[in-house]
Amino acid sequence: MGTITEHRTPAGHVAPTPRPPEERRRLGTLRATDVYAAVGAALAALSITFLLFTRFTGFTGGLGFAATAYALFLGLYTLLVSLEEDGPAVRDRVASVIVHSLAALTLAALVFVVLYTLLEGREALGNLNFFTEDLVAAGPLDPITVGGIRHAVVGTLVEITIALLITVPTGLVCAVFLNEVPGRLARFVRTIVEAMTALPSIVAGLFVYATAILALGLEKSALAAGLALSVMMLPIIIRSADVVLRLVPGTLREAAYATGAPRWRTVWHVVLPTARSGLTTAVILGTARGIGETSPVLLTAGYATDTNTDPLHGAMTSLPLAAFQLVRSPEPAYIARGFGAAAVLMALVLLLFVLARIIGGRGPGQLSRRQEHRRVAGSARDLRRIESRRAGPTNGPGAPGKPARSHP
Amino acid sequence: MANGVETIQRATEPVPRRPHSDSGWADRLFRSTLRGGGFLVLLVMSLVGGFLAYRAWEALSEAGTSFLTTETWEPDVGEFGIAAVITGTAMIAAVAIAIAVPLALGTALYISEYAPPRLRRTLVSLVDLMAAVPSVVYGLWGLFFLQGEIVGLARWISTYFGWFPPFDVTGADPRDPLATATVYTASTFIAGLVVALMVAPIICSIMREVFSQTPVGEREGALALGATRWGVISSVVLPFGRGGMIGGTMLGLGRALGETIGVYMIISPVFDIQWHVLQTGGNSVSALIALRYGEATSFGMSALMAAGLALFVVTLIVNFAASSIVARSRSGAESDS
Repeated sequence: MGTITEHRTPAGHVAPTPRPPEERRRLGTLRATDVYAAVGAALAALSITFLLFTRFTGFTGGLGFAATAYALFLGLYTLLVSLEEDGPAVRDRVASVIVHSLAALTLAALVFVVLYTLLEGREALGNLNFFTEDLVAAGPLDPITVGGIRHAVVGTLVEITIALLITVPTGLVCAVFLNEVPGRLARFVRTIVEAMTALPSIVAGLFVYATAILALGLEKSALAAGLALSVMMLPIIIRSADVVLRLVPGTLREAAYATGAPRWRTVWHVVLPTARSGLTTAVILGTARGIGETSPVLLTAGYATDTNTDPLHGAMTSLPLAAFQLVRSPEPAYIARGFGAAAVLMALVLLLFVLARIIGGRGPGQLSRRQEHRRVAGSARDLRRIESRRAGPTNGPGAPGKPARSHP
Repeated sequence: MANGVETIQRATEPVPRRPHSDSGWADRLFRSTLRGGGFLVLLVMSLVGGFLAYRAWEALSEAGTSFLTTETWEPDVGEFGIAAVITGTAMIAAVAIAIAVPLALGTALYISEYAPPRLRRTLVSLVDLMAAVPSVVYGLWGLFFLQGEIVGLARWISTYFGWFPPFDVTGADPRDPLATATVYTASTFIAGLVVALMVAPIICSIMREVFSQTPVGEREGALALGATRWGVISSVVLPFGRGGMIGGTMLGLGRALGETIGVYMIISPVFDIQWHVLQTGGNSVSALIALRYGEATSFGMSALMAAGLALFVVTLIVNFAASSIVARSRSGAESDS
């Protein structure tokens, strides 16, 4: 809105005074009448819907009940509020109700998707053999107590390790390149990388299938799957690492250059350590994306039921692929195993995500208390060393210097 | 950083110095390693694009413009085209976006405007986590839970809104109580719903990011003028975040177009343009690739490559449009979404 954005007067008209960092104010005021209106409307809506469904009409179905009740609730709530308030306030209340319910619906649906998988998978997850056996011995009619997904867990780990061995060095070097050697080439590479994040994962799989398997004669194997995952993960990791590296404060680099450090020392001792937590997060989140990806693996890894640890030969199944293939069977035990595999996969992704949160909760340069302690101790040690050297051969010019703090 | 260099140069104004022109062999080695890494990535990426284009060319030159207009997919008899699959992809994505955007917008507004601060961080993490949930999990849920529950809604929509052509279902008779429900399963609508839940967290997290960057001064200006909370949202937050909203939606669209497994698990593939959203059968480019890659001959492979390339071009355009919209908007200037 023009009227509001024009508040930003150009500097010079008004003398800018230094302001403390802005903080948003809490707007929460809940009056008793608001609660009465909401509760009353909800009760009335439920009652009317109940009457409609059981007495007056032939409506049936849970979804219909919920939808009717919600529509009635909105109408009644608007009515109740408009008895006391005027236009803008009524709109505010109704909008608030709609936003709240959209959010509740979305979050509930998303959480339900995850819980449903865990719930359906609990039958398989309860058996120890599910984690210690593979599916070779399990016939089509065997119960859930025979066979498991060891092969898929092993396969996932092998494939993601291959992918990480390829993507982490390449991705980080490329991200550092984008930040440290700016120029036309870096801009071009950045554009290409951004373009490749749009590559659908199945096309990455198709590419590796056509090159490595059909043209170069590689077997359908973990190596091919790792390559396909790498093609998919590389742009993701480069992009997020690039963003993290860009956040490293320029003052730190300048300080390093001012001490006369060459570029590689600046990068190695200042830029990378500062961004370490962010880079780790970038890699972990990329791993989480790669680990759950089914379509590139579907084309390149093949499907096996035995535990295969040889990345070069033989089909190797990963968890998402196992989940995908197992539920296509009509046998309930296989479907339960499929859900179990999906639940294990979910747990892995959750673990990676929590790990990323713990490591990457801070921005670059922000240290935990222990890290800060270590830095201060380290720079105090440096200072002692410098001073002892200075005190040794010659007595330098007398300025003792203050203890240097590494950085805020 | 160019910035650093400039600052140093300015600091030593009298004798302009170029501190990085040559700072030893180690540095030169370091820079060439970095450049090598950049070139390597460039090489890999252009190899992917180039190879796709090269292999696709064989099929494209054979099919010509009929590649865009043919609906069937029989590359070995020379009858193939992406008319059906690309339309199917677009329709699934359209259903997904139509459902995901209101949900994501509501959630983003709730998290940034209404949620108590203590809950806010948890919700942000929750949404980010949901964006990382593997698509096969959504697919399982769609196949085993949603499909059974949603048939009633599909039937209801087609019964009462069947006069609107996309909602029409041929072969369904709402008056027949014994009619089978299978005409409503495995439809574009259900696949779209599953994809909607997949992309909603992605869209939501971009929108929330942008909303939370709204300048506090402008918010408080609106409040001081007597705006209600919704007044602040509609006159400050939404206009400020418009670029991010559009960009986030388009990024979600890009993901929805490329989604494979969720669609492949739900849909029953047909090779006609299926305008009836609620009716069983549909298709998408990625489902086509997953379905046909195994049995493809060499020429069939290059036809699939052409389809993959077409999909890639579409997602590429969508993504670049999205990022340029985000970057050009006021709100996108500082965010890297």
